[in-house]
Amino acid sequence: MTKEDIKQVVLDIIADIAPDEDLTAVKPEVRLRDQLSLDSMDFLDIVMELRKKHGIEVPEADYVQLASLDSCAEYLHPKFEAKGK
Amino acid sequence: MSSKPRIVITGLGLTAPNGNTLAEFRANLLAGKARIAVIDVRHMGPQPAGVCDFDATKWQKRKEIRNGTRVGSISIFCAREALGDSGLDWDKVDKSRVGVYLGITEHGNVETENEIHNISQFGNDTKYWTHHHNPRTVANNPAGEVTMNMGITGPHYTIGAACAAGNAGLIQAAQMLQLGEVDVAFAGGVSESIHTFGIFAGFKNQGALGAHEDPTKASRPFDKHRNGIVISEGGAIYVLERLDDALARGARIIAEIAGWCINSDATDAVLPNPERQTECVRMALQRAGMKPQDIHIVSTHATATALGDIQECTALRAVFAGCPETRINNTKSFIGHCMGAAGALELAGNLPSFDDHWVHPTINIEELDPECALPGLVINQPVKVSRVDAILNNSFGMLGINSALIVKKYGVA
Repeated sequence: MTKEDIKQVVLDIIADIAPDEDLTAVKPEVRLRDQLSLDSMDFLDIVMELRKKHGIEVPEADYVQLASLDSCAEYLHPKFEAKGK
Repeated sequence: MSSKPRIVITGLGLTAPNGNTLAEFRANLLAGKARIAVIDVRHMGPQPAGVCDFDATKWQKRKEIRNGTRVGSISIFCAREALGDSGLDWDKVDKSRVGVYLGITEHGNVETENEIHNISQFGNDTKYWTHHHNPRTVANNPAGEVTMNMGITGPHYTIGAACAAGNAGLIQAAQMLQLGEVDVAFAGGVSESIHTFGIFAGFKNQGALGAHEDPTKASRPFDKHRNGIVISEGGAIYVLERLDDALARGARIIAEIAGWCINSDATDAVLPNPERQTECVRMALQRAGMKPQDIHIVSTHATATALGDIQECTALRAVFAGCPETRINNTKSFIGHCMGAAGALELAGNLPSFDDHWVHPTINIEELDPECALPGLVINQPVKVSRVDAILNNSFGMLGINSALIVKKYGVA
């Protein structure tokens, strides 16, 4: 799974948990909170969906790594690779 | 209650299995149109149930709907519709002086069952248990969702009162208005109970779950062959104000809260006690300064259980003997038992009688149970009467909670 694929995985999750948001112009380098209406419960939803759908665990100390799509891709890429995805 | 401020109804919003506005609901009650679906209940399969089809996205963002509860959506829809009906200029209302008081039969079963099912898909590992569980299951959830949606900063809470909850919500609101705690109250009852299999299974194993090959005939209070409750969801929320405030803003006054009583059987967890019900109705009459003859419609609680209907009829016979102008009806025969919403919805469907003088019937009676043969029972067809000045709304519930609420036409002495 490429980093671009991982960004799409995260966007797909956000589409489910924040269905009112327009995701067509999300800037990958900008913090998600700065461009979307997301709160702490929403980020917990992202963590939960990564766990449920992809078997990926994100420890609480690493939540900060999910700040933007770019940082998500950087952080999650080795985890997906470790899963053989 | 003459020394206390008079309380009036100035707005109403509802969702019932057979209507999402009072006009639609009322038209179906007068036309004898029941609406009961068959739903697939987890672990149990097809069961008759009353399902509401209001559009939750009318007043909520999709994220609110996703993160909240079904009963939260029902509550927000009803409260928003009630606000519109009230004519209140919401921008000018002091939101810190608004209270939300919603009756519930139960809360949290739906979300808890869903999460137990959810983690069962993951080897019962609780790390898959949603972090939304607690805000969804706290007992104040439906009222709290209303405050967040509407920006209300006054008090909010739910009133847990089994199936007497709809009346209890209204009574709580009237009391808070009389105490001066708030200036405007959103109050009534709500229920999402069709989404929990536990309610169905509990009634089934109690021998109290209604069934019929035609689901619209499954709920048949007072019929000799009734066989139990049809579980439904729904909501009815009223805007209540002190009379002086309502008059000052030129509000349309739908009805006046005249009197009420809540008491307890203190006898059995599930079997009603007609003596206590009789006392409850008589106390409500006394507090309203009325005689039984003053009541023109009795909206019964009867749920179509074998014993419960007879118990209520015993109580009503004791109070309303010699009241030829008192008509008796039932709404659950149309929409099933809306649990926490039942009392509030059943009152709502009768309120237009103050103006149109029609009394809707109880339907689905093919053979009247002689033990339920009350003289004023309106059976299968509506009746036109010369006047309706006061309605008594009965709602009773498990653990022996009884409630009787009397509303009267505004302007009647």
